[in-house]
Amino acid sequence: MIGNLLANYEEAVAIILFGIGFTMVLFQRNLIRKLIGMNIMDTGVFLFLASMGYIRGRKAPIILDPSLPAESYINPVPAGLVLTGIVVSVSVTAIMLSLCVRLYRRYHTLEIDDIYRLSKHQMEDR
Amino acid sequence: MALGVTEIVKILLLVLLIVCAISVNVTRSLLQSVIIFMAYSSIMCILWIFMESPDLAITEAAVGAGVSGVLFLLTLRRIREEDEDSSEDDGNTDF
Amino acid sequence: MKEKFWRWLDGSREYLEDASDMDETPYREREEVKTQIRERNDSLDKRRGTRAVIRAEEKGFRLLYSWVAVISAIFLIGVLLYVVSYLPRYGQENPQTTLVARRYLEDGVRETGAINAVAGMILDYRAFDTLGESHVLFTALVCVMILLEKDRKNMRRGYEDYYRITGEGFYTPNRDGIMQAAGFVLLPSILLFGIYILLNGQNGPGGGFSGGTVLGSGLIIFTMAFGFDTVDRIASRRLLKGVTVVALGFYSFAKGYVFFTGANGLESHIPKGTPGAILSGGLILPLDIAVGLVVACTMFGFYSLFRRGSIGGKGKACSGKKAGTGAGTKAEGKDNA
Repeated sequence: MIGNLLANYEEAVAIILFGIGFTMVLFQRNLIRKLIGMNIMDTGVFLFLASMGYIRGRKAPIILDPSLPAESYINPVPAGLVLTGIVVSVSVTAIMLSLCVRLYRRYHTLEIDDIYRLSKHQMEDR
Repeated sequence: MALGVTEIVKILLLVLLIVCAISVNVTRSLLQSVIIFMAYSSIMCILWIFMESPDLAITEAAVGAGVSGVLFLLTLRRIREEDEDSSEDDGNTDF
Repeated sequence: MKEKFWRWLDGSREYLEDASDMDETPYREREEVKTQIRERNDSLDKRRGTRAVIRAEEKGFRLLYSWVAVISAIFLIGVLLYVVSYLPRYGQENPQTTLVARRYLEDGVRETGAINAVAGMILDYRAFDTLGESHVLFTALVCVMILLEKDRKNMRRGYEDYYRITGEGFYTPNRDGIMQAAGFVLLPSILLFGIYILLNGQNGPGGGFSGGTVLGSGLIIFTMAFGFDTVDRIASRRLLKGVTVVALGFYSFAKGYVFFTGANGLESHIPKGTPGAILSGGLILPLDIAVGLVVACTMFGFYSLFRRGSIGGKGKACSGKKAGTGAGTKAEGKDNA
């Protein structure tokens, strides 16, 4: 298995990045760090997709010479998917960050524990 | 497995990527985290070129290292403004 | 005040129960919140017994949480790594995944007129996907607007008071000499580069998303250097709104026609042109420009909303009064669309 992982090193790195992002989302107490963790998870998935489409020794799919066979280019499908994903990830980040600003305006902290405690007290208040 | 120069540089960049991702976790300052995240995106952009996807490289350079980081920094700044605002007025008008 | 913010930024956060630096802090509201919490904590203590019980409860939950989280993270990563080790070798061709790609690469130039196979894919074969994505961007902008815009319902001071008290220069970035000189040097090339990759999406790397983002970043740098009151003359709220709506409407109309006629690809009656020229690729170039304009407006809108809480000033129509660099690019892009 280790040998297989070394051969598939790029996919393995993508999975490790996904894991780092996942642990950040689970363990960081700060909302902004959680968001950075989500972004790292995103890039891990993108790296995985793009490395599935990469074929060693071939060129980018820009067909300047139509006489060349299709075997001389890499797979363009993952590139299109990732291009879509990058732009979606930035819009998700923007929405999350604006929610963070609203949370800070209400609770004056970004630490998830304090927000939880404050919201519990306010719930008991009602 | 014979490694060419390209492969070695690529593996180096991948290791650097993991180092950046871990050091985002480890630093204590939020500002440092955001800046390291921008560096992470720049490394990712170079990696896309090595993986023969120039479209992704341009997009990642503009989005990941540019706009995304600017949004994070602006959020930090906005939070400070909220604090300064709240010391001046009654603060019950939000929500 | 600032010092405290930097301390918070440094990560040395104060716990809410910690009352050691209560006296020197200038935050009245935060103080009130803290005293509120302390009172609630005391009443909770009375109701539920000692504080130690609560602490123990929290501690138990924390312990359980960290164990479950560690186990689930290790399990997930282990399973994923196990699967990765059985995937086909990295860098080898995998015949199952290249069936569709072969069609795109072999017939793409003839069918779409685009040299860049990725552009031909996302804007011709799979253009409906891209349509959805532009709408995702638009929806995200609307959501951020709902959450952060300073209108009558959603701000601390009154809107008129805000402009009367602060003047229009309050939320604009301070006019830094270095920023202005750098912007003077960099902006033309950034905007030119943005337009270049926007218009050459079918011929090389680039296209709507990257070109639009570079254009948006150019607008952001312009704002950082010369302030919001300069940008409002060029990119007013009305202009941004109009450009976004026209571009999205054009895209939706063009692609809705495809699906109305059976999703067999659009007979656009636009000649494909010679592959490699700027005016080639049939419908790809207009769609690219539409996507790019939407993305540029969205990025600038994000920046503007996060920076001062509104897009394009008071919504007054003051576009085209003073044509600067940005106005030229905008007008050019619009004409092309």
